[in-house]
Amino acid sequence: MSLDAAPATDVVASLQARFGPAIRAVQPTGEPFPVLWIDAQASPAIHRYLRSEIAQAYGLMTDLWAIDETTRQHRAGQPPSGVTLCSHLTSFGRNADIRLKVACDAGSPRAWSIAQVYANADWYEREAFDMFGVTFEGRDSHRRILMPPTWVGHPLRKSHYARATERDPFRMTDEYFAAEERAQVSTPEELGLAASRDGEDLMVLNFGPHHPSTHGVLRILLGLAGEELVWAWPDIGYHHRGAEKMAERQTWHSYIPYTDRIDYLGGVMSELPYLMAVEQLCGITVPDRAQIIRVMLAEFYRIMNHLLFYGTMAQDVGQMSPVFYMFTDREKAYTVIQAITGARMHPAFFRIGGVAMDLPNGWDTLVRDFIDWLPARLDDYEGMVLRSELFKVRTVGVGAYDTDTALTWGTTGPGLRATGCDWDWRKARPYSGYDNFDFDVPVGARGDIYDRTVVRVEEMRQSLRIIRQCLENMPAGSFKADHPLTTPPMRDKMQHDIETLIQHFLSVSQGTVVPAGEATGQVETHRGLAQYSLISDGGTRSYRTRIRTPSFAHLQMIPQIAPGMTVADLVVHIASLDFVMSDVDR
Amino acid sequence: MILQSLLITLFSIILIAALLTAAGVFTWVERRVLGFFQERLGPNRVGPFGFLQWIADTVKLITKEDALPPDADVVSYRLAPVLVAVPMLAGFGVVAFGPGLAISSLDMGLMFAMGMLALTVYGIVLGAWASRNRYAMLGGLRAAAQLLAYESFLGLSLMGVVLLAGSFTMGDIVLAQQDYWFILLQPLGAVLFFIAGIGAAHRLPFDLQESEQDLVAGFMTEYSGMSFALFFLGEYLAVLLVASLFTTLFLGGWLGPFLPGPVWFGLKVGIIAFVFIWLRAALPRPRYDQLISFAWKIALPLALLNLLATGWILAVWRAAP
Repeated sequence: MSLDAAPATDVVASLQARFGPAIRAVQPTGEPFPVLWIDAQASPAIHRYLRSEIAQAYGLMTDLWAIDETTRQHRAGQPPSGVTLCSHLTSFGRNADIRLKVACDAGSPRAWSIAQVYANADWYEREAFDMFGVTFEGRDSHRRILMPPTWVGHPLRKSHYARATERDPFRMTDEYFAAEERAQVSTPEELGLAASRDGEDLMVLNFGPHHPSTHGVLRILLGLAGEELVWAWPDIGYHHRGAEKMAERQTWHSYIPYTDRIDYLGGVMSELPYLMAVEQLCGITVPDRAQIIRVMLAEFYRIMNHLLFYGTMAQDVGQMSPVFYMFTDREKAYTVIQAITGARMHPAFFRIGGVAMDLPNGWDTLVRDFIDWLPARLDDYEGMVLRSELFKVRTVGVGAYDTDTALTWGTTGPGLRATGCDWDWRKARPYSGYDNFDFDVPVGARGDIYDRTVVRVEEMRQSLRIIRQCLENMPAGSFKADHPLTTPPMRDKMQHDIETLIQHFLSVSQGTVVPAGEATGQVETHRGLAQYSLISDGGTRSYRTRIRTPSFAHLQMIPQIAPGMTVADLVVHIASLDFVMSDVDR
Repeated sequence: MILQSLLITLFSIILIAALLTAAGVFTWVERRVLGFFQERLGPNRVGPFGFLQWIADTVKLITKEDALPPDADVVSYRLAPVLVAVPMLAGFGVVAFGPGLAISSLDMGLMFAMGMLALTVYGIVLGAWASRNRYAMLGGLRAAAQLLAYESFLGLSLMGVVLLAGSFTMGDIVLAQQDYWFILLQPLGAVLFFIAGIGAAHRLPFDLQESEQDLVAGFMTEYSGMSFALFFLGEYLAVLLVASLFTTLFLGGWLGPFLPGPVWFGLKVGIIAFVFIWLRAALPRPRYDQLISFAWKIALPLALLNLLATGWILAVWRAAP
């Protein structure tokens, strides 16, 4: 990741000039953006300044999360803190990021809410409360978001157990079940939402978590006047597995398969930001061949995901057949992926420093078969779906939002580009060699469901272009870096002498020791920005793994867009957001 | 007299058995055809080409638990599927499968069949209400609103045919098509009738009352086992009834060279039913308010226009020397 350093220094200087001692420290990191420690009380004002007062403002808050610092050893250059609240801001105008940190007390962490400045902070603050017990000045309520309302404790605190065996055995009794059920939110009164409109009672419809069209275990509470939505309240957490907690128990290497399952339709896609961050910590430069193999597979999974999106999108408009055709295409793509990685949905193929193995003999024929096959099929689908009048009637002008709204709610990826904003991390901050490829960034105009569909369809064509360039220009060389921390190391390196063998033995049995520090990996996935913010404390495991997923942000916008829609529109809108619940809940 | 009653009873039993079989076979045909439309095989395990699949399904549905939701209104809940399936069977009572081959050649036969088609909505709304389920409720409301919308032009679209034939009796209408099929004289009426027929049979793209994408299964969300099967039976019979009516009104019923009348009739019904499946495979579903505004704002005026034009031309034609 290479950012222009020039404006970054500007922003630190102007913040220091404006807020003086409220900017408490500039943390030295290896990150390509400044990391500032700021005063808790000044946090809303500083955020407001960065969002709306500074030139080339930081319009997008990509992430907000907390770090439990209580057992961290390597904190050189950082002010004392028990629980640290971080917010990560992005400016498209500067093409630069900034990270702000607020130190809180470990016992009862307390911070100032910035939800008034960045609307999407709402869910992130709820998450910080849920996971770390951080309470926020300026918030009316602190409601858990991922864990059940009855949960005791805050799971991502270091003091909270990580394994079921560390607590009393769990028993599902009738009383427990009933208590859990009672604790669920089910009425508008509990949420402060309207129970009636114009004197007429609303019908409260519990949409999900086991509804066929919620694309996973998502629950949305709907307030209906007839079929018209008056309000919608998404309830998430049914797919929560504690992936961030698991990262603290797994070695750097053995966590790779977990990242596959963060976005379970993304295959290798989430491995990339994770490994980019790990490699940054290790100081590994990935060889060209490995980079291009990574790009090729990532684009394959982008196509796989968009095909599934396309089919289910048509299906949610009531069109039965396209999804079956697209599964035929996906099967074709899987034959290529299977040949290269040996697996289908969750290949766990990337490694620290490269990829697991070299491309198999004959891979080029398979890839060429696929990229020659798909374009004609895409043309077919265009006639079938995009040009269908009934499809247009259902999607044009429905569920529309503009670029500002999108950024306010942290929307990235095709959902942002459909509004006409051409921001794509692959173009703006090329990683893994994307700057060597010739491809376009498709954009929409109206930001409605139809445009979101069109953008994704065009992205598939662009992905095919990228794959063709990978095919024609695959560089020779090693598929793994020649670096002591490459895991597992190349076999000829490991069998060189007894020292390298011991090194290998330790890194396999205990895990690779990654140098202490902080690193961030940002990737433009098929859904938007995936950002892994890692902290190593110089051990074989991650000290803190923060996973920012695009789906989480996209769901948060539903209550803004839904009012005025019908139930049938909502289903199509949900489909057009293209999320998976594992990516939302992690 | 007694002999005649016995004959009618016998004929009715044969007809019901034939219809139930036809509906069963139709489910198999639909699944196979949809499979081929969609690059897959469809059911092909039970019997030759999977033909016996529908029997296996029937056995499964009969032996399956017929669960009753705890809050349901038991009587209405049980009655509703019957109210959907039985009128469909009754509607076939006036259909003429061949010359003189009808259980009853009512002089208002066409009206009777239309009435039976419309009655199903009572079953649907009743079932939706009795389930005490909010998705079912929405489905029931949609069913009622949709019925008003398509019934408005369903009846009007076929009045042109009635004017041309000068009769409501199925047999007479067929016989009036000796020279031309009415689809040639009434193309607009045929199209409108077909569209309304899709609505009357609750088929995609007008299956809004059970649209599984938003309403889970709409009015039959809570139904299972045999009650569920009865709803389905009603739906498939409705398709066959609409196809039969279309054949009778626009495609010359049993008329055709070489083959016996009932065979021609069956062939034509089969083709129409195939078109139903084809549409289901191809089309997305409009939103219910879009469907209803199409019905009231476009289809109804067109049906009225068609009727007026037909009447005017006929009047001029007959007045001419």
